[in-house]
Amino acid sequence: MKSLGIDIGSRTIKVAVINNGNVTISRKSENSFNTLEVCKKLLEGLDYDAITSTGYGRHLFAEHYKCNTISEIKAFAVGAAHILPSCRTVLDIGGQDTKAIALDGKGNFTKFEMNDKCAAGTGRFLEIMAMTLRYTLEEFGNEALKSNTATNISSMCTVFAESEVVSMLAKGNDRQSVAKGIHQSVVNRTISLLNRVGINNDILFAGGVAYNKCIVNILEEQLNKKVFINDDPQIIGALGAAIYGTY
Amino acid sequence: MSDYHEMWASLGLDLKTHDAVLEIVGKGYQDVFLSQKNRPEGMKYFDFVMSEVHGLRIKEIMDAKAEGRKVIGTFCVFVPEELVLAVNGVCVGLCAGAELGFEEAEKYLPRNTCSLIKSAFGFKLAKVCPYIESSDLIVGENTCDGKKKAYESYKDIVGNLYVMDLPQMKSEAGKALLKAEYVKFAQKLEEISGKKITVESLKKGIEIVNNKRAAMSRLAKLRFADPTPISGLDALLANQVYFYDNPERFTASVNAICDELEKRIQDNIGVAPKGSPRILISGCPMAVPNWKIPFIIENSNAIIVGEEMCTGERGTRNLVKDQASSVEELINNIVDRYFEIDCAIFTPNQNRLEHIKQMVKEYKADGVLHYGLQFCQPYQMESKVVEKELEKAGIPVLLIETDYSQEDAGQIKTRVEAFIERIS
Repeated sequence: MKSLGIDIGSRTIKVAVINNGNVTISRKSENSFNTLEVCKKLLEGLDYDAITSTGYGRHLFAEHYKCNTISEIKAFAVGAAHILPSCRTVLDIGGQDTKAIALDGKGNFTKFEMNDKCAAGTGRFLEIMAMTLRYTLEEFGNEALKSNTATNISSMCTVFAESEVVSMLAKGNDRQSVAKGIHQSVVNRTISLLNRVGINNDILFAGGVAYNKCIVNILEEQLNKKVFINDDPQIIGALGAAIYGTY
Repeated sequence: MSDYHEMWASLGLDLKTHDAVLEIVGKGYQDVFLSQKNRPEGMKYFDFVMSEVHGLRIKEIMDAKAEGRKVIGTFCVFVPEELVLAVNGVCVGLCAGAELGFEEAEKYLPRNTCSLIKSAFGFKLAKVCPYIESSDLIVGENTCDGKKKAYESYKDIVGNLYVMDLPQMKSEAGKALLKAEYVKFAQKLEEISGKKITVESLKKGIEIVNNKRAAMSRLAKLRFADPTPISGLDALLANQVYFYDNPERFTASVNAICDELEKRIQDNIGVAPKGSPRILISGCPMAVPNWKIPFIIENSNAIIVGEEMCTGERGTRNLVKDQASSVEELINNIVDRYFEIDCAIFTPNQNRLEHIKQMVKEYKADGVLHYGLQFCQPYQMESKVVEKELEKAGIPVLLIETDYSQEDAGQIKTRVEAFIERIS
């Protein structure tokens, strides 16, 4: 059976098709003001028997494609358990949500926490901070990695942090060090979220922010644990939805 | 529906804003309540009450005033309606369930004040609540620090505010304080109504309120059944209308619904399929038209089976003993009943935890959604303990912290759906 999962995130839409437990196709595209149009393009030419949607746009999609939906939490739990059966803790930092999920190793999640309604500590937060420092997103993490010092950023509100960063630069603080400070503050917030569900080995780090080496470095250092990142950390949700479709 | 604009104008309402509020609430009611499938016939009474909540009910209240009866507006389940009825008064809960007039309210209140308090100010400042405007006396009560301090400035806005002190500990001294405050309140009621509270009039008041609470508890017990014969939204609505309606008519209407629900249970008819995930809501009160969380839950294939809230069992649990031969003894009985309320302003408040566990068992709930209003310290502080203790007992808990805005509805829906997946 060919099962398709689609994860409609705030920034990126991801699609995975599995056949007999193996991923045969994975695709992604940036989301736009017209989510359904992006979905339609992504699905073009794909062959599938079942479809399951997840992500914040899951209900909109399901209305049009008459399919099942599951929450992102469930999708990440199922996807993570497939990628890494020994996984007990999932961290996902996406465009507008950060999630921490505890797994029991039997395919169920036992607890989950999400960030509050603001964008603090999410991928969007990093994007805006990169822009404030005039870095591309890729440069941002790499440049931060080069710095030996981290300027302390106290504000986690996207709007306030932006003004704080501007004033840090005005005071003559080093750009790389400010960049590192921002990464540090995101990790601090992430760890407090993780602590609320309990941090147990193995840890899988999913979502677009897992590409950011600086975040991964600081996270591993602070946790004093190795975090597992698969080749395509953005696909976990879509994969989970696809697997769920075979149940 | 009759045209009540003249009456509203005479109460000093801002007609333009008020019309807009009625339209929004009416539309909200339609989307949230009338869209439900398989509702009990008896809910038609509540549909009618809601369609006339600022109309016919206010007209009744104005007629009562014309007969010389006094209208007492309240914000809290600690204000004993029995005493109000004993001086032939009318007791009404005041509007505090919508994000309205918040900008104006923030001229008096810090931004980090809970929505409930802001709303009490907002409705007054925007001149859209006919209950506030028709009240002869508005009773504030020293529950949380937010309310306690807010009443200091509320006094200047409403003019006819009476503040009742409340204990914070379940001690002998605390009980004595509650009694002293109820005696003082009884005197105040006698003073403004010109009526003396007698054994007979107070027994009558107790009987009316006991009957109302007994009907609510009958309704609550019928929700133990699976499939559940009534939605959580409809049951919440009954708990909300409890504060506004003519008490005797309300009691009769709730009992009529209960008769219908008993029949439904016999015939195995429910509002959701048997085996649907069952959720108990616990936490802060939900005043009309605050239906946000229940709407999300019941539109995610789960059913709410009980409310551990002031607009729920915390407000209606326990009756007042009516055996007594003097007014003082009857007031003692009233104190006994109200002193049991397990509001989070009390410290410690172990009873609430026990009540939640007991309700989970009785209602066969699969999980508890703890609803905390942002900036409500007492319930937010307790929420962590509730979560820890219940999870330890194997009861799944979801903590939701929110306000009256709709902006976080999407994120809350994701959490609620995930929680339902967890307990299914």
